[in-house]
Amino acid sequence: MTMAVSVYRYNPDTDQKSRMQDYEIEIPGGRDLMVLDLLELLKEQDPSLSYRRSCREGVCGSDGVNMNGKNGLACITPLSEVVRANKLSIKPLPGLPVIRDLVIDLTQFYQQYERIKPYLINDAPQVAQERLQSPEDRKKLDGLYECILCACCSTACPSFWWNPDKFVGPAGLLQAYRFLVDSRDTATEERLAALEDPFSVFRCRGIMNCVSVCPRGLNPTRAIGHIRNMLLERAVQPSPPSS
Amino acid sequence: MPDSSAAKMVTQVTAMSRNGISDWLIQRLSALLLAFYTVSLVIWFLMTPSLSYDQWQALFDTSWVQVCALVGLLAACAHAWIGVWTCGSDYLSDHSLGARAVIFRFVYQTTSILILIVYLLWGINILWGT
Ligand code: SF4
Ligand code: SF4
Repeated sequence: MTMAVSVYRYNPDTDQKSRMQDYEIEIPGGRDLMVLDLLELLKEQDPSLSYRRSCREGVCGSDGVNMNGKNGLACITPLSEVVRANKLSIKPLPGLPVIRDLVIDLTQFYQQYERIKPYLINDAPQVAQERLQSPEDRKKLDGLYECILCACCSTACPSFWWNPDKFVGPAGLLQAYRFLVDSRDTATEERLAALEDPFSVFRCRGIMNCVSVCPRGLNPTRAIGHIRNMLLERAVQPSPPSS
Repeated sequence: MPDSSAAKMVTQVTAMSRNGISDWLIQRLSALLLAFYTVSLVIWFLMTPSLSYDQWQALFDTSWVQVCALVGLLAACAHAWIGVWTCGSDYLSDHSLGARAVIFRFVYQTTSILILIVYLLWGINILWGT
């Protein structure tokens, strides 16, 4: 079966602007290929095509692309799920600068991630082995720690498109909450203080694009709601009991 | 660890505006007040099928109706200002328009504030003017 594929192309060395390039590709029958398989077939046909990929099983988060208008990981998205009327258009994740073809510059995405201090901060004296956590407290990290930073969510979020330099974005905020809710972290107050401005958290309008695209089935909108509640509680009760 | 440039950017911008929590609360609270005011008026309209000018004037002669209308007007202005400011900082940002965004934002925000002040004064004049 042949399929019509249209791919976003841009080569900074030769192109003034980007264009869509159309390919006709023969799809081997018998099994449902993933979009990444299709890209590999295309690359055999046209070796100049660039994209990122690594683990090819939805773990590394490097092959996030926009397929027929929806962000997702090419390696775990079956053609049957995205192809419409035997046509597929593949574009880079929207909103960030394109380096080449489907490869985007994720600097702003990582800067927002860096901003939320994605590591445990604990000012209690160092313990001999590890800091223990009750099973209940550990459970609070479920649905948060699984994020693979693929950027599908943040680049689907209109608020992040408009203010990628000021709004932390769904991926960063999911991780912000992951450390806010961790019983071993003692920097809750500093973390919240860094998020109370009108942009970092409050730019979220609850559009939930992030939830609809996350390939890990995570829910950044819910995490953002929790952060907002923590900020509100902190505002009405200025010196919260330190836990 | 030094803060990233993104963090500094946020502090600079927010130094001129308010904090996100109060904006968020004001917007929700004003929305509730407006909803209450609108629904009350609609109920009054439904209960007054043959509406005449005299009835309308009598309603707004009552001082508690005047107070409610004023609260509604203030809520509408506050609600509108936060919405207008937010839209402006989405679409007229340095990120999308470059350095000249400041000029666009200034014109847009000044015009919006002027319009809202005129509405407010005009509304007060209608409510308490002779
Ligand atoms: S819910 Fe918030 S973070 Fe998620 S896409 Fe919408 S605005 Fe962006
Ligand atoms: S929350 Fe989901 S979509 Fe967003 S970066 Fe993490 S894994 Fe990707």
